[in-house]
Parts: sequence; C-alpha cells; structure tokens
Amino acid sequence: MSTAPVVEPAVNPVEPFLRTDRMPHIWCPGCGIGTTVNCFARALVESKLNLDKVAIVSGIGCTGRVAGYLNLDSFHTTHGRAIPFATGLKLANPELTVVVYSGDGDLIAIGGNHFIHAARRNADLKVICVNNFIYGMTGGQVAPTTPVGAVATTSPYGCFERPFNLPYLAESSGAVYVARWTVFHVRHITRSMVEAFNKKGFCFIEIITPCPTLYLRRNRLGDSLDAMRFYKQKSVIKNGANTKDVDIGFQSEIVVGKFVDIERPTLLESMDQQLRQTLKDRYAGPGGH
Amino acid sequence: MKANPAAVLTGPHFLDGDQACCEGALAAGANFAAGYPITPSTEVVERFAARIPTVGGLFIQMEDELASSIAILGAAWAGAKVFTVTSGPGFSLMMEHIGLAAMTETPCVFVDVQRGGPSTGLPTLPGQADMMQARWGSHGDYQIIALCPNSPQECFDLMIDAFNLSERYRVPVLFMMDECVGHMTEKVLIPPADQLEIFPRRYTSLPPAEYRPFKPGPDQIPEMVKAGDGYRFHITGLTHDERGYPAMNWRAQDKLVRRLVEKIRNNVDHIVRYEERDVDDAEIVVVAYGITSRVALRALQMARAEGIRAGLHRPIVVWPFPEKRLRALAEKVKAFVVVEMNYGQMVYEVERYAAGKARTVLVEHGGGTVHDPDDVLQAIREVAR
Repeated sequence: MSTAPVVEPAVNPVEPFLRTDRMPHIWCPGCGIGTTVNCFARALVESKLNLDKVAIVSGIGCTGRVAGYLNLDSFHTTHGRAIPFATGLKLANPELTVVVYSGDGDLIAIGGNHFIHAARRNADLKVICVNNFIYGMTGGQVAPTTPVGAVATTSPYGCFERPFNLPYLAESSGAVYVARWTVFHVRHITRSMVEAFNKKGFCFIEIITPCPTLYLRRNRLGDSLDAMRFYKQKSVIKNGANTKDVDIGFQSEIVVGKFVDIERPTLLESMDQQLRQTLKDRYAGPGGH
Repeated sequence: MKANPAAVLTGPHFLDGDQACCEGALAAGANFAAGYPITPSTEVVERFAARIPTVGGLFIQMEDELASSIAILGAAWAGAKVFTVTSGPGFSLMMEHIGLAAMTETPCVFVDVQRGGPSTGLPTLPGQADMMQARWGSHGDYQIIALCPNSPQECFDLMIDAFNLSERYRVPVLFMMDECVGHMTEKVLIPPADQLEIFPRRYTSLPPAEYRPFKPGPDQIPEMVKAGDGYRFHITGLTHDERGYPAMNWRAQDKLVRRLVEKIRNNVDHIVRYEERDVDDAEIVVVAYGITSRVALRALQMARAEGIRAGLHRPIVVWPFPEKRLRALAEKVKAFVVVEMNYGQMVYEVERYAAGKARTVLVEHGGGTVHDPDDVLQAIREVAR
C-alpha cells in the first residue's frame, strides 16, 4: 500500500499579521515598502509582544497605507499628523506599544514640526520612516529628502535644496534610538525594530527604499534590482557613527547602522514624576480612562 | 450614568466663562485635553492643567493647533473623553481635524472662544464671526453640532450637554463662546454630581469576530471600540465601508457621507434647543445668540416700554439651526431682527426659513465690543413702523 506524503499547505509566516482581505495592496512592483512591512511583521514575531496591545498609526502617502494592511488596531490619519495622533493615543493608554509608520514627506515635510517636538519630549513612540527621496502617491514631486541634483516632477532640472539628514535631525531633537538601513538590510531592519519595541521613548528608524516608478525611472537609475545592487555596493555599516556625518548625496555612499541608543525618561514618566513630586497625595494619576 | 463626584465642584462659585467651561468639561467626565495657547481662550486649559492631575487624567500642551486637535482624537480612540480649546486663528488650523473627527465619528468637543477677525484680528476683544466656519469650515460634506452659551452658568451647563451630544451622536461638537462670555465673571451654581446625567460612550458588546466598526445601529450610529481591546480595527479618513476599509467608489461615498449627514438631520428635533421671550404676541422677533442675546434683551425691554410688540428668539444649539421654529414664527410675525457680531452670517439662515413671509433685517457689528442696545432698538422701531 503506497501512502502519499503528507504535504502541509504552505503558509506565509507573516500572513497572520496582515489583513489578507485587503490584498492586493496598492504598491507598485519593485516598491520597497512591502519589504519593510515583512521586516515589521517578523519583528513583531520575534518581540513576542501581545498584538492586541500594539497600535499602528500612519499619515498620508504610499507608506501611509501601511496601517491599513496590518492586522492590528490601526489608524490612517491626516497628512503629517500621525505623530500627534499617536502621542494622544499613547498618553491615554500607556499599555499600548504605539508605532508610527509613514513616509519621508509625511513625517518630515508637512509633519516636521510634530516630529521634532515628539522627539524633544521623548514621546514613547516607535517611528518608522520609509524614505524613498520623493512624493510617491502624488506622482514624484521633490521632497525635503531628495538629494541635490536628483530630478523630480517639481524639480525638473534637478533638486537644488539641501535635504534633511534624518538621523541627525532625530538625534539633535532628542530621540533615544536612531538607526538607518536600506531595504537591502532586511535582517538589520528587523533587529532594529525589535530593539525599538523593547525600548522606551522616541525611537526612529529610517529605511532607504527604492521608488522604481518615479524616482529610479526619472533619474535613469534602472529598476529596483539595480537599486538593491546599488545599496549592497554603496552602503557602509558604521554603527555608532556621528549622525552629523551621515548626509546622503545623489547616488553617494549611504552610511547605515545604529547610531544612537541612550536612556532618557519618557514624556509620561517625566510628567508623572513631576506631578507626583509636586502634588504628593493629591495626585490622582494620568489614568481614569 | 451620573457624573464622577471627584470631578464636580458642587456649590456656588464666582467664575468667568472660560473657567466655568473647564468645570463643565470636568463634570462631563473629560479626562484628556490638548491645547495651544491663544487669547482669549487659554484660561480654559490653564485651569484644566491645574485641576486634572487631582481628578485623574491629563493635559498636554502641543506644538500647535494642528497637533492639539488630532492628539485629542488619538486619546479618544484610547478611551478618553476629550476636548481642545482655541480662538479664531487656531480654529482655522483645527478645521482639518474637525473633518477627520466627523469622518471617523470620533466623540470630541472643540471650544472656540471667538474674537474679532479675520486673521489675527482682535485677540483680546469679542467677535461672533466664526459661526459659518463652525458649520462649513472643513472641506467636504458633513454635519456637526454647535452650542452657543451666553453666560458663565451656561458655559458650565452646556459644556456637559456638548459632551453628551458628542457621545450620543458620535460627532464633533463645537462650543462657540465669545470673548465677552469667556471673560465675564458671574455666579455659577454647580449642582451635586448625582444630578448631572452623563451619556456614556457607545461601546459595543459584540465579540471581535462579529464587530464591524462602521455598521450603523438602528439610529444610524455605529458602536465604538477602543485600542488595546483585541478588536484589531481600522480607522481612516478615507471614504470607508462598514469594516472601516477604504472604498474608493461613489456607492461607498453615498452610503457613508449620507449617513454622516442624516444621523444629525434626522435627529434635529432632539438636538435643537432655544430660549424665547415675549414671542406669543410679538410682531417682531429679535434673533440673537451668545453675548449678543443679552444686549438684544435690553433692546427688547426698551421696545416693549415704547409699546412695540417685540420678542426674542435665542438659539442655544446654533447648528443644526432651529429651522422648524423659525418657519413657524415666520408665519405669524412681521419681521425678524437678527443681531450678531459680524457682517451677516446666521442672518442667512433666518432669511432662508423666513422664506419671504417675514422681513429679515440685520443689525451688524464688526466686533471689538458688543452692540449698543440703542442700535438694536432703532432697528426694531424701523421695522415696526
């Protein structure tokens, strides 16, 4: 009697973390955002967090759609305002691990003021910034991260504004954890995400990602495979590098690594301590929700 | 349910409208506020920042009004009862999140202590020129509820109503004060907590597998959940279906936005509130709200002393506007005299419902101070002629 081998149906290990009823997603073939989401799901597995207590907040844009695809309490807010929404969410329920997942235009241009203030007050948020150097959703406009010389639809003769160096901005504003990777560095990304989940305070992870449709094509940089080859060849891991020195130029070397990992009381801890010290037994605590 | 006694300062007080507004929020159960300093509204959050740590909850001063108006929405989805406070320029910045609150059906209260505008205008002096902005200021189609107190006592009482309405209808409620009401000090009587009825949040009793975040209940209003309870729900400012998932087509748009509009429109009779004086025999009805209603009352007394049969209609809930009542009054009165501290806003509503059956006259004022009762009297005399 012959017995056929029992074949378990193939299960994608990240599937339980996704809202599969929302697939297919909106991202272009070759886009790097999906890769970051895969890393994020794997980081959730590794961190062993209770997923009922993880909330994800996005703003607007291609990366702003991440919240909607994850099987978590998820909030797709207004353009640039994911961080202040997340600040309110976290303050009103400190039990939650609150992740802000958005793009460079959303977090750093229209949301730049919120970004620096949340870092300053050390709001306990895990901020993941997918940086593709461009506004993807609206069709490839110049961003505050576009390297000088790169072509975008609103800088057709090349970008002439100096871009932000995001790790430097985050560190100087007060972030307690700062890392940068490219989508080539999937294991490093996952490890940084796990570290951020396990750390209190404002954690910032920048992930350099190809936008094949708008950035690569317009700048004649090939396809996403070429971009991955470029990241592999031109990125240099320098853990602990001075964030002042990690600017990104057009097709220049990309310094990646974990740059900052320090301890500082969070917003809620500082608030709680100050009120407890001043009001003593009159202090009723931040709870009551 | 009843108010939390720890939050209610039962007894007689001598308070200005801003402080009374804060006490009303506390009595209503507000335990989270975010704000940004702006005259003449700041006293509300100053008092809240001092009071809330002893009651249970917190205040955070954000980096701008965009941030404070969305921080409260985040806190609401974590289960807090929330509000923010501002004045004209900040109110303009908050429009984006009044829209998000309407779209996501998030219970919240926005207080606008109106000053003279446009732009920076008259920071320390009164105005009533944000009334149409309150109704139409955010883009797209939606409905809100707006209340207009005319005394510190009402700042307390109506703030509780504002929170209850926002929970009942899952809609942003706008609390339209003005600098005079905010800064005038009068007796405010705060009742015992067990006399204050509080409308609780409409949390679902369904298990996560059966729950749909935007499935309307029998009264068109969906049940709510909060983050951290295992529902794994999605909230978006995009047009969405009952699951809360984005749905980019006209059918989903019609289904959702029609409901956002109808959940208020179909309940107008339950929401509308007004106060009237001497309208039974009136041939002229003065329509005024907020501080202006108190000036109008003086003018009304003067007109009565002259033998003119004038009355007063004061909308307390200004949005939705008391359409039915105005239509009924238009059938029997000769004219409406609308008194407001702007160059014509709510007068358009009155004119619309008067529908040519009664004359409508505006007594305008650019703000900076209240009307002179004589100007109102003059307008009453003219239409009485």
